[in-house]
Amino acid sequence: MAIELQPLEQFEIARIVPLHIGKLDVSYTNSALMMTIVVVLITALIMLSTRRAALVPGRWQSVTEMLYEFVADMVDTNAGHGARQFFPFVFTLFMFILFSNLLGLVPYSFTVTSHIIVTFALAAIVFVGVTIVGIVKHGFHFLRLFVPEGVPVLLLLLLVPIELLSYFIRPFTLSIRLFANMLAGHTMLAIFGGFAASIWLVAVFPLAINVALVGLELLVAVLQAYVFAILTCLYLRDALHLH
Amino acid sequence: MDLASAKMIGAGLACIALVGAGIGIGNVFSALINSVARNPASQAQVQPFAFLGFALAEATGLFGLAIAFLILFVF
Repeated sequence: MAIELQPLEQFEIARIVPLHIGKLDVSYTNSALMMTIVVVLITALIMLSTRRAALVPGRWQSVTEMLYEFVADMVDTNAGHGARQFFPFVFTLFMFILFSNLLGLVPYSFTVTSHIIVTFALAAIVFVGVTIVGIVKHGFHFLRLFVPEGVPVLLLLLLVPIELLSYFIRPFTLSIRLFANMLAGHTMLAIFGGFAASIWLVAVFPLAINVALVGLELLVAVLQAYVFAILTCLYLRDALHLH
Repeated sequence: MDLASAKMIGAGLACIALVGAGIGIGNVFSALINSVARNPASQAQVQPFAFLGFALAEATGLFGLAIAFLILFVF
């Protein structure tokens, strides 16, 4: 019994509108289509629900308000004083990742965040942005971030490289965390789906596992968006307040 | 040993990484239960951190699982 499993097929990128500029391939792909859908949905949700904003919110308005308050609360408690001006950035990141994770769970759709290039681009934006914020705010003093206070000089020789490494590894851990979660989750769903398709009579069991896994994946989709946003907040606090 | 069986063994070995994730997640939630049992009023403050810890611990294990999938299905 040879089971033909192609669980990575779902991550394939297909060109919908082929487009080349010189040697550069800028085709409109299914990934780009999903991103467009995500952005349109987020914009529609926020614009339409607050169009006739009332003091006592209706159903849709309270959804938007809850999302707003959730992220605003997160920025206030985690990024510390004076971080409110970065709220739009964190909110955009959170909403984009949340919507692309959740829409990726719709069968036969495409998960944008399951591609390392997408998550790495997001993480690189965060890393470069946070570093620029820190340098603009503190100037040369920003390097104090890498020197823990109240430590003997001899120990600094060991600690400063570690601090430097843990700072420069941030974009990688941030992006790989999201990417690996999405990749592993969706591959697992496809594998159990493949089991269910290949064994006819007892397909109930892998199907039941799949139902439970979809529940877990819903949790993971929300949680990873939350983790990405909260880590952005923590990095911002480092840059703004230097420990 | 041919390549196909080496792949299977490699993927199996890569899945050992999930041991760490299991221990980590167990630790996170046992600490949550402990602290909430001692001070039920603290649940609202502690729970977000527990879920953050859960996500971080789970991610490290999934790195290994992703490697296993890559070995099995990509190379």
